[in-house]
Amino acid sequence: MNKTAQIELIVNGEKYFENVPVRMNLADFLRNKLGLTGTHVGCEHGVCGACTIFLDGVTARSCLTLAVQADETEITTIEGYETDKNASDLIKNFHKRNALQCGYCTPGMLASSIEYIEQGNPPDRKKVKEHISGNYCRCTGYQAIVDAICTTIQERQSR
Amino acid sequence: MTGPATVFDKPTDYIGKSIPRSDAARLLRGKGRYVDDMQLPRMVHAVFLRSPYAHAKINAIDISQAMKLPGVVAIYTGKDIAQHVEPYVGVLSHLPGLRSPAQYPLAVDVARWQGEPVAVVICASRALGEDALEHIRVDYEKLTAVTDTLNALSPDAPLIHEEYDSNLAWKRQVEVGNLEEALAQDDVVVVEKQIKFGRHTGVTLETRATVCDYIPGDGQLIMYYAGQAPHMLQFILAKHLDMLEENVRVVAHDVGGSFGIKVHTYGDEIATAIVAKLLKRPVKFTADRLESFVTDIHARDHFVDAKIGVKKDGTIVGMGFNDFTGIGPFSMYPRTSAIECNQILNLTGAPYQFEHYHAVGHVVFQNKTLMCQYRAVGHPIAMAISDCMIEEAARVIGMDPVKIRRKNLIPDDAYPTKSTTGMRFDDLSHHACLDKLLEIMDYDALLEDQQNARGNGIYRGIGFVSLVEVTNPSPMFYGVGGAPIASQDGATVRLDAAGALHISSSVTEQGQGTNAILQQIAADVFGVSIERVKVTTGDTATVPYGGGTWASRGAGIGGEAMLLASHALKEQVLDTAAVILQAKPEDLDIAFGEIVNKGSRERKISLGDLAKIVYYRGNELPHDLKPELIATRHYRVTDFPFVFTNGAMAAHVEVDTNTGLIKILHFWAVEDCGRVINPQLVDDQIRGGVVQGIGGALYEECVYDSDGQMQNASMADYLVPMASEMPEITVAHVETYTKTSVLGAKGAGEAGTGGAPAAIMNAVNNALEPLNCGLWQMPMTPERVLKALGKI
Repeated sequence: MNKTAQIELIVNGEKYFENVPVRMNLADFLRNKLGLTGTHVGCEHGVCGACTIFLDGVTARSCLTLAVQADETEITTIEGYETDKNASDLIKNFHKRNALQCGYCTPGMLASSIEYIEQGNPPDRKKVKEHISGNYCRCTGYQAIVDAICTTIQERQSR
Repeated sequence: MTGPATVFDKPTDYIGKSIPRSDAARLLRGKGRYVDDMQLPRMVHAVFLRSPYAHAKINAIDISQAMKLPGVVAIYTGKDIAQHVEPYVGVLSHLPGLRSPAQYPLAVDVARWQGEPVAVVICASRALGEDALEHIRVDYEKLTAVTDTLNALSPDAPLIHEEYDSNLAWKRQVEVGNLEEALAQDDVVVVEKQIKFGRHTGVTLETRATVCDYIPGDGQLIMYYAGQAPHMLQFILAKHLDMLEENVRVVAHDVGGSFGIKVHTYGDEIATAIVAKLLKRPVKFTADRLESFVTDIHARDHFVDAKIGVKKDGTIVGMGFNDFTGIGPFSMYPRTSAIECNQILNLTGAPYQFEHYHAVGHVVFQNKTLMCQYRAVGHPIAMAISDCMIEEAARVIGMDPVKIRRKNLIPDDAYPTKSTTGMRFDDLSHHACLDKLLEIMDYDALLEDQQNARGNGIYRGIGFVSLVEVTNPSPMFYGVGGAPIASQDGATVRLDAAGALHISSSVTEQGQGTNAILQQIAADVFGVSIERVKVTTGDTATVPYGGGTWASRGAGIGGEAMLLASHALKEQVLDTAAVILQAKPEDLDIAFGEIVNKGSRERKISLGDLAKIVYYRGNELPHDLKPELIATRHYRVTDFPFVFTNGAMAAHVEVDTNTGLIKILHFWAVEDCGRVINPQLVDDQIRGGVVQGIGGALYEECVYDSDGQMQNASMADYLVPMASEMPEITVAHVETYTKTSVLGAKGAGEAGTGGAPAAIMNAVNNALEPLNCGLWQMPMTPERVLKALGKI
């Protein structure tokens, strides 16, 4: 159970070579090995969505992914969304609209939001709610989050 | 009201505006500072072995095999930990008769709930610690678990604490007038219902966590914790670990949601502190989700037999109820597990005028997780008892639910006044809130839609609630009963040499925007740009002494202290400026970082230049002028035990009679929290609160079997509100400033959670009315809806 393996991956544009326990999940690897504590762990079984990151361009639950599975992949986390995902407008709208309170769901909520926007989806409140329905937020009641996502899409459309 | 009356004589620059929270910018970039993010040199992890049984005698614990495993530094059993701690007792003197035995951080001889810690492994990593747990051998002798609240009081129920004669922790009765006699009158229609409120919990997304460190030489214990009341915990650690209070420092940086979950004394956190002290090195404990479900305090869990009597014209004659609530095996320390029941006894029917009241509350021990104060303590139960019974009575006498409220709500010009139970009210606005609610929801159009929909076999319902909320508590809440919980809060405002303000406060931030509104108040009252206000909260080493954040007190109490401190510093700076400028202080003002002429607004000197004269070139000042450039003020509510707020809310629901699913079509909330400091933050507090109330009303329930095993202790099984089911929530305000402070702000954090469940239950029963059935149990699950409909 204490077996380790060497992995090589790119996180937020930076290359890493690390030796990891084979049973370590990706969330713990990002947080504890790389110090990227912006990724949060809420339930450790893929339900709450807080740990959602991008793995080779697609959202993934980093608590359900082993670090060794991320060998030879490219990962983007909340620390990279402003630059690597060009999401500064979304981040600005989250801030302006108060689409976060305690901030614990925010890394996963931003990931799901970026994915929705990148897929070219419309600023349709019902569709947005469905898309983020795998991300639990105890604080906001979700309305502000939906507002921020829709505003961002509308702003991009009118550009 | 104490303090300056002139603060709002100028057009305000920041108070009342929706300014984004400055600290949210960092959280959006992954730069939060939550407890589990911390890594300290030589830090080890505390991993707890927890009782798999709800009730079991611990005959022996064998740690010998586990000690041999890699990474294991130490293992302590409950008996080991008990040697280093003074046990605690969750009673308060103003709740006479409340009893609870001494409690230790870990179970010593008997485990009394599933999840109670029995041993702790200290290990190099959490994963290695969990490996070691599997090799600890505990010889348990299983005892009968007492789980059902009502059965727990039967004479033949096993005793959870052998030293007591029953499983009753507390009983209180409130009687005003003569309810039985009044309800026996010929012209009184009496309605009786049994209402059940499920047991649920907070599910803060950040689980409870602490890092404790002990600094030998200094003799200092530092606890970094995800919590709400650092000074309370400082006292508790000092008292129970036999330390001087000044040698305990408690620090709360970012907290991932609290809602009352993180304001209590948890054995695993206290044990972590004990171990750090013993090992003289940093120890981290972060609960996993399973641990959270079975050890975070649970809430509600009430069986209520309620009755109400009304005359045919809708006049409420009186109401009464018998409440039984299960609190787990101990009363939680130090706030006790009797406050919720006490609130229900005090607050039921509080918005209304009536003469006769008879309420009895029973607080009962059982072998389940401890129950204690959670967002809107007691309010969802109290509001549901009165408002659901009132709407049921209205149905029976054929009266509109708005009309019956109009007839019985305390008139807006009746204040100051008292409720039937003696709660002192001032500055409330039930009728104005109801007016505004009807305006924003378009009640008549909804009624028309309801009729049309029924014709098509679609059952929609509209439900209301008029509510009060306890906010800004005075010492009468806890301090009077001997709890180490400050009712006053302090604020410090300091001008630095660059002309920026550094503010600190004893109220704390968990995401609701406390830091932001403190910045707004300081910037506004003192007169600097808000970008130049830096705020510190959550550290007992640096902030003034105070209670922290609970009972919707941050803005009203912490905000008022900040207002007073900012005003005091302003006066001091103007006195100094007057000397430097050879002017009169009363002719000067501060605006956007400059001393200006009060009348002409002509700029005279910047705050930075003034501060540099004071700090660097004091030789330019007269010898007798020694400006401090720092001011601290404290504030507590003195005029009333609590500053009540009020509001009116409505839910519009659709009940699918085939599936039993309840869809909330829209929700409206009108709240009177006095002066609104930041409208967007307040509105989102209301919305988040409403959604938490919806959770309790429709989804959330800690399901136990008869052995006391929680059956749904995972986020896959315990349902919480998710985005796709949540309605749009329209929020509006009536602003009646409280006269107890200059700021005039009351609390706003709990109203949504307190009111929403009653509104939703009313809406569901309004929808079911033509089907001649009703549902009186929360959460109102599809299964319960179908049972109410007689379909299953």
